[in-house]
Formats: sequence, C-alpha cells, structure tokens
Amino acid sequence: MLICSRHFSHWLFFLLVWWLCKPLNAALDIEIFGGGATQIPIAIAPFAAESRLPQSITSIVAADLQRSGLFRMVDSAGLAPHNPVDVVYADWANRGAGALVIGETNVLPDGQIEIRFYLMDVAKRIQLTSLITTVSTAQLRAVAHRIADIVFEALTGNKGVFSSRIAYVMKQGENYALQVADADGFNAQSMIEYPEPIISPAWSPDGSKIAYVSFANKKPVVYVQTVATGERRIVANFKGSNSAPAWSPDGEKLAVVLTTQGNSQIFLINADGGGLQRLTRSAGIDTEPSFSPDGRSIIFTSDRGGSPQIYRMAITETASGVAERLTFEGNYNVSPDYSRDGKSFTFIHRHNNQFNVAVQDIATRQMQILTKSQFDESPSFAPNDMMILYATEIGGRGILSAVSRDGQTRQQLTIQIGDIREPVWGPLPGLQ
Amino acid sequence: MKKICSVFMICLLSACASQETQPTAEVVERSIGADEGAAAEGSGLATGGPTFHALQDPDSILSQRSVYYDYDSYTVKNEYRELVLAHARFLRDNPNADVLLQGNTDERGSREYNLALGQRRADSVKNMMTLAGARDAQIESVSLGEEKPRTTGHDESSWAENRRTDILYHGE
Repeated sequence: MLICSRHFSHWLFFLLVWWLCKPLNAALDIEIFGGGATQIPIAIAPFAAESRLPQSITSIVAADLQRSGLFRMVDSAGLAPHNPVDVVYADWANRGAGALVIGETNVLPDGQIEIRFYLMDVAKRIQLTSLITTVSTAQLRAVAHRIADIVFEALTGNKGVFSSRIAYVMKQGENYALQVADADGFNAQSMIEYPEPIISPAWSPDGSKIAYVSFANKKPVVYVQTVATGERRIVANFKGSNSAPAWSPDGEKLAVVLTTQGNSQIFLINADGGGLQRLTRSAGIDTEPSFSPDGRSIIFTSDRGGSPQIYRMAITETASGVAERLTFEGNYNVSPDYSRDGKSFTFIHRHNNQFNVAVQDIATRQMQILTKSQFDESPSFAPNDMMILYATEIGGRGILSAVSRDGQTRQQLTIQIGDIREPVWGPLPGLQ
Repeated sequence: MKKICSVFMICLLSACASQETQPTAEVVERSIGADEGAAAEGSGLATGGPTFHALQDPDSILSQRSVYYDYDSYTVKNEYRELVLAHARFLRDNPNADVLLQGNTDERGSREYNLALGQRRADSVKNMMTLAGARDAQIESVSLGEEKPRTTGHDESSWAENRRTDILYHGE
C-alpha cells in the first residue's frame, strides 16, 4: 500500500511537472509592408522533385528574400529549368529577372535528401554560385535559410541573416517563456518558463548563451543559460535589483545594472559572477548598457541631466571615464543598442506621446525615426546591421516587428496566442 | 488538501532546484508576498497592540498605503506628504514594525528604465521616511517596474493607477 501510494504520488508529481512545464505552443505569421526603393528582380524556379518533400525549399528562400525588402519576385510559371544547362536566359530577361535561382532535390535510399542549388546571373548569362549538400528532412528549413543567405550575399554584397536566431519573451496567461526561434519566427522553443516576469534577454557574442532577468526570486536577478543544454546559473544576485545584462564583445564579462550601492548604476561582472567593478557614478538612474563592438566603451540610458537620454562612456581598467551625452532631441531617449559596425545605435525616441524606433549616426549625430507606431520597445540590430528587430503593440497585445535600417521596409511577426515582448536578434551562426 | 498541495509544491520546488546548477549567490532579500503567514509569526504586528489597529482603521491616515506620481516623475507630491510622514512616525514609534516599499510604473516606455524608475519611486518614499525618524533597517525598497500592473488597461486612468509606491507592512 505504501509502495502503491508512493507510485501514485510520483505519477501525480510528474503529471504536475508536465502540466507546469508543457511548452507554450505558438506559430508565427509574417506580414511585410513597403519595400526598398531599388529592389533586385529575382526569379525562383521550384526545385526538381521538390513537391515530394515535406517542406518546400524555394518557398522559404523566397519568403526570406522578400522579408529583407531588397528583392522583387519575378514569376517563374511555365518555365522550369533545374540545371544550368537548361536555362534559356532570354526567357528570364524578357520577364525582367536579373537573377535566377534553380535547383534539384533527390531523395537518397537512406532517406537523406541531396540538394543542388544554382544562382544564375541573367544579364551576364553566367552561374554566380552553387551549393550541393545532403541533409535530413529535419534540416530542410535550415538549408533553405542557408541558400537564401548565399543568394543575399552574392547579390547585395552583405551577409545574409536568415540562418540567425532571435530570442524574445512570450507571456501567455500568467506564464512567461523565454523563447528562441529562427529569424523568420519558426522553430520556436522555450528555454525556460516561469510564472514570474522575464525581461532583457541578451545573446552572448558566440550565440551559445543567453543572459536574462528573472523575477522568480520575487526580485530581479540576472541568469545566464546555455542554449544547447538548458543549463543555467545566477550571475548577479546582489542586495536590491539586478538587471539589464549586456555581454562584452569577447564574451568574458557582462555589464549589469545593480542597486546594491543605492541608485541603479552600471557594473561590470565576469560571466562566472566574480570580479565586480562599478562603471558609472551618478546621482540618478544609469541603465541599459550596450557595448561598442571594440569593447572599449558603452552607451547607456541615464537621467543625470533631468530626463532619460543616451550617453557614451569609455571603459578603462582603473577608472570610469567621463560620460558624453549623445541624444538631445526630445525628453525621452532610451534602450540603446550599438550597431555591429560601431557607427550608429538604435534606440527608442518619444515624441507626441509616441514611442518609436530611431537610429543615430555616432559621428554626425544625425537622428532618423524609422517607425510610426504608438508603443515600440527594445530595438536590436540584425547581425548585418540592415534590419532592426523591436517589440510593438497592436490592440493591446505585444508583437514582434522588424524595420530596415532606412525605414523603407517593415515586417510584422504576429502570433495567434500570447503576448510577445523583449526581442533580441542573435549573432550569425558562423560565429557559433 | 492544503497540506497535500504544499507537499507537492515543496517536491516541485526541490525538483526544479536540482535541475539547475548551484546559484553563485544566495537570495538575499526575503519575499513578502510569498509567505505572509510565516512573516506574521515573527512580527510584532500579529500580536496586535492597540497602535497596530490604526494600520487597518479606515479613519486613520495609516490605512492609506499608496503614493501616486506624475508621469516620468519620482517626486512625492505634496498631497502624499502627510501620508508618508504618518507612516514614518508609526515606524519611529514601533521599532519592531517594518515595511516593504514597492515602486511601480505604467506600461509605457522601456521595461528596464521603468524598473529603475520604480526603484527611485520607492526610494523617494524611503528617504522621506528615514528623514522623519524611521530607521533604515525597518524599510526595504524594491521595484516591480511595469511588470506587475494593478490595472491592465491601456488608458490614462490605468496608467495613473499604476504609477505608484505601495507601503506593505510585514505580517499583515
């Protein structure tokens, strides 16, 4: 009887764990608005035997390229070359295509899929690049993103970011999940779920870890979690509030915001939680640090001048530098994120009771507002600096959106259930 | 049934804890909302001398527990001075009473900046209380930022309600 009841309680216990830990399932829909002034006309012919695969490759390639706003799709109906020798360039030139994507798929006896992809320059009548690879069905989306990256780089000269990942927080009912998804919003997986708020996720520079702030201990505490294993540990849990983690470019340190010595101030801490060093000294709020790509300075939000503005400060081994104010327009500029090239930063600018994504050039101090929505939050640059991911709101519900660096193209990732906030774009997978 | 539930919760908590690696630092702050019952045992409030009843007396200013703020501001407005000073005097006169001050903000703007702003709101009340004779050790100020709104509407009246510091006595 004793054994029986123990089994029963174990069973009940696992049921409870399962119920508490079941994933917050959700699929994302993507809408695209606007487009760049000059778009590259590209035709994408369905790959040979592609319809037999559980997942179309070319539709993902097309969706990726369209989302960038830099491509215009040219109809490929009625023409179906699968190999460079089959391409009649004049046909494609007549349709206005500047580039052409073709390919073949072949299911091998062991179930693996061989994929051959070719990118053709229609005007020059040459093959630009190709990829021949063998993957499992589970890797079809990943290989499609890789093909889109190859096309993007060959035709624009910039790195594609379609294989990168994003992280964000989803609130569903009273539960909060830190999720990681592909850049197109698919393959979302919960890293951790809590019945208490999670904010401020931050990718390590190599994409292997995510730092975030959890309220699970009834107050904000900074955790670092390894993406692959789910292993997590506390990095900052000092008296008072611990928040706003930002990784140094070498991945060895984190800038964090602590109230342990009074006001919210920025500190530097080793990624293992040791070696605490105070960086800022002001009588007000200093928060939301973001490192310059060379690691030699941070930009951050401070209200030391009476309203929240963005400042820059050099980091030295011995002493904190003098903070230089960067933003002067309006009385609310917050949430700065340095571009990967170090030439600009994106932030949230308030004007006429609207909170919008803006970018500012560091050298010229030229500011540009990129969005027209009401409540934008937490902008972060894509790893190629060409898009900015941010949270916005429709009908009181948080959604993800991305806007091109020039403000011309905007995409919206909506979700059927739940409320999405605190997005952050991860690094290129090549760096992992 | 309550007992069974709590046993499961303990099992659950220990199971969760064993899934993680050891934290590098201990949780240093106690939580008030999680175990108010436990806090009451150690507190002088549960024994309830006559002065403590004033905290619940609707006619006493001590029954008022919320300080409201203007947008973007952490300044305690004049209309809340008497309220804060009354609680400060109560703490001064009752050395075994202690309070948790929770600063909150409305939902607009940056979550991290709001977390810091909520802290300044709670600290502004704490500073006024200590200047009026309450001891530092009697007051803990924390921020919930915009994460725990009292009202979830997206309009000016909801926002005004959420720009707030709450005064919570241990053991109530």
